[in-house]
Amino acid sequence: MAELTYLGAILEAEKEEMARDPRVILIGEDIALYSASGALGKLDPKRTWNAPISELGFSGMAVGAAMTGLRPIVDLTIASFVYLACDQIINQAAKIRFMTGGQASVPVVFRMSMWHNGANAAQHSDRPYPMFMNVPGLKVIAPATPADMKGMLKSAIRDDDPVLVFEDNDLWGKKEAVATDPDHLVPIGKAAVRRAGTDVTIVSIAGCLPHADAAVGQLAKEEVSAELIDVRSLVPLDRATILESVARTGRLVVVDYAHRTAGAAAEIAAIVAEEGFATLRAPIQRVTTPDVQIPFSPKLERPLYPNKDRIVAAARRILH
Amino acid sequence: MSLQVDQRREAYRRMLAIRSFEQALPKRIAAGEIPGSVHSSVGQEATLVGACMALRDDDYITGTHRSHGHPIAKGARLAPLMAELMGRATGVCKGRGGSMHLADRSVGIIGESAIVGAGIPLATGAGLSALVRGTGQVSVAFFGDGAANQGVLYECLNMAAIWKLPVIFLCENNLYAATTPASTTHAQPDIAKRAAGFDIPGVIVDGQDLDAVFEATCVAVKRARRGEGPSLIEAKTYRFDEHAIGIFMPSHYRTADEVEHYRRERDPLALYRMRLLEAGHGEPELAGIEHSVAQAVDDALAFAKGSPHPAPDSIFDFLYSNPIGQQA
Repeated sequence: MAELTYLGAILEAEKEEMARDPRVILIGEDIALYSASGALGKLDPKRTWNAPISELGFSGMAVGAAMTGLRPIVDLTIASFVYLACDQIINQAAKIRFMTGGQASVPVVFRMSMWHNGANAAQHSDRPYPMFMNVPGLKVIAPATPADMKGMLKSAIRDDDPVLVFEDNDLWGKKEAVATDPDHLVPIGKAAVRRAGTDVTIVSIAGCLPHADAAVGQLAKEEVSAELIDVRSLVPLDRATILESVARTGRLVVVDYAHRTAGAAAEIAAIVAEEGFATLRAPIQRVTTPDVQIPFSPKLERPLYPNKDRIVAAARRILH
Repeated sequence: MSLQVDQRREAYRRMLAIRSFEQALPKRIAAGEIPGSVHSSVGQEATLVGACMALRDDDYITGTHRSHGHPIAKGARLAPLMAELMGRATGVCKGRGGSMHLADRSVGIIGESAIVGAGIPLATGAGLSALVRGTGQVSVAFFGDGAANQGVLYECLNMAAIWKLPVIFLCENNLYAATTPASTTHAQPDIAKRAAGFDIPGVIVDGQDLDAVFEATCVAVKRARRGEGPSLIEAKTYRFDEHAIGIFMPSHYRTADEVEHYRRERDPLALYRMRLLEAGHGEPELAGIEHSVAQAVDDALAFAKGSPHPAPDSIFDFLYSNPIGQQA
């Protein structure tokens, strides 16, 4: 085990996978600084492609390269830029395997970081994973700890299907002990039960985890036993773990930084309403960001997001 | 660089196969055997075959919604293509793609995209892949005059040029994007001139002349394999049929006289047949090729019609490499 930050875990995963498999290449904007600094190890210059600002073009090139024997990692940097690449991600990467009757696989990873609480305003602050959950053919992950980021990014790179990796930039500095075995993987599609409990299930998405964890601590002081599930993977979604937990607790709070409408929290709520209705003892609660653009002013931005107090309040609403 | 005797026969066979395959379709569409939109490559055969004759079997290509000609030009078997048009389980894409997406991987096709211009980055990426893997393969992006106005073309021309990727950008300029004349959407008529902005070769060829397309592609392929980077080839060609078979386009976007002129004077198949006769290929030899192509199309139709439809419960097949438990 070694102490790694969330950001360090990303670099370590890429470095190990690039060393392990010569088919892995990196393409994206401003990535020359990683290779030049040696952060990725000693690499053939043909393994890193420092691209012009052409998101649609280089994302599509990564898809073409993935179909012809490489395993590209596309660094889209900030998640709001993924919209520029959407035609290639949605109309090509997600569809090619199906549309060609399995003649081709598309082992490509699209990485993007989600910024918030940093006064970057609406064009640098989106969390677009819900819309990609609506695209069959993609896998979508949002790891929330350094160990998960390293293990799941490595799984994504080894996966034969296109995987979108959403990173929370306010987790970048979080540190923990991470496995150093280069073959230690964290599977895509399995949720993690972070805390066991019996009174209410709190499902956390991506970077909400520290707030949800603090909320569980606060609830414990009030003698409420909350179970905390970190979904980690949005597609495939670990329905079984969520349903099994709600079957025991009878109560569900879903926490997500993304906008409210048609989001990941809505999908989880719908699954539990459809398949776990009989086990519910109270209405499902969503704690999300309201449907409004992310503003510049910190005074406007900060109150929008889920935090410990909002999560605790949501749990209280259905406990009493 | 010109085609050898047996290559000329093969080129004629492929052009004729495209023509005969396409001409067999309207009856089958009318009979309700082929669903969906069907776009014919008739008139553009010399561009397709001329370019593909310059390629190795393992070179990559991407095509367009007008997708039947590319695989046939690259040497694909007709039967799985016809079965795909009829939505059968034996189709090249197992009934998941259809007429606009006849991507036959067995002959190096990595995409036939019905999103205009979207095959271009796939081909560019295949070129990058060939460079990284050191295979000496090249990649050809076929696209139309309509796609020439998509921004992604310029992103890819730029990246292919700065990284000297082994890619040939081949524009099938048939003068109309569906019903919109290129003359109304292009600031100047020659797409090839846009290559100058990327400091790469841009050449215009007569797309109705198989030898001209072949020779221009050979030059571009040699340059690409030498590691000198991409080229842009604009083949001036013409679509003889409507944008889609059976579709009625009420606007008079092109005149009957213009269509008639191309069919009579600029038919690539007739022009090439004449050239073969002049080069000493006898009538019996050409008749033999014509007979065998007609037979191959008949066989493809019989194979397709005799093939099973895909089973409804196979719907999730091919969606993921490892099924993730989708719900019906």
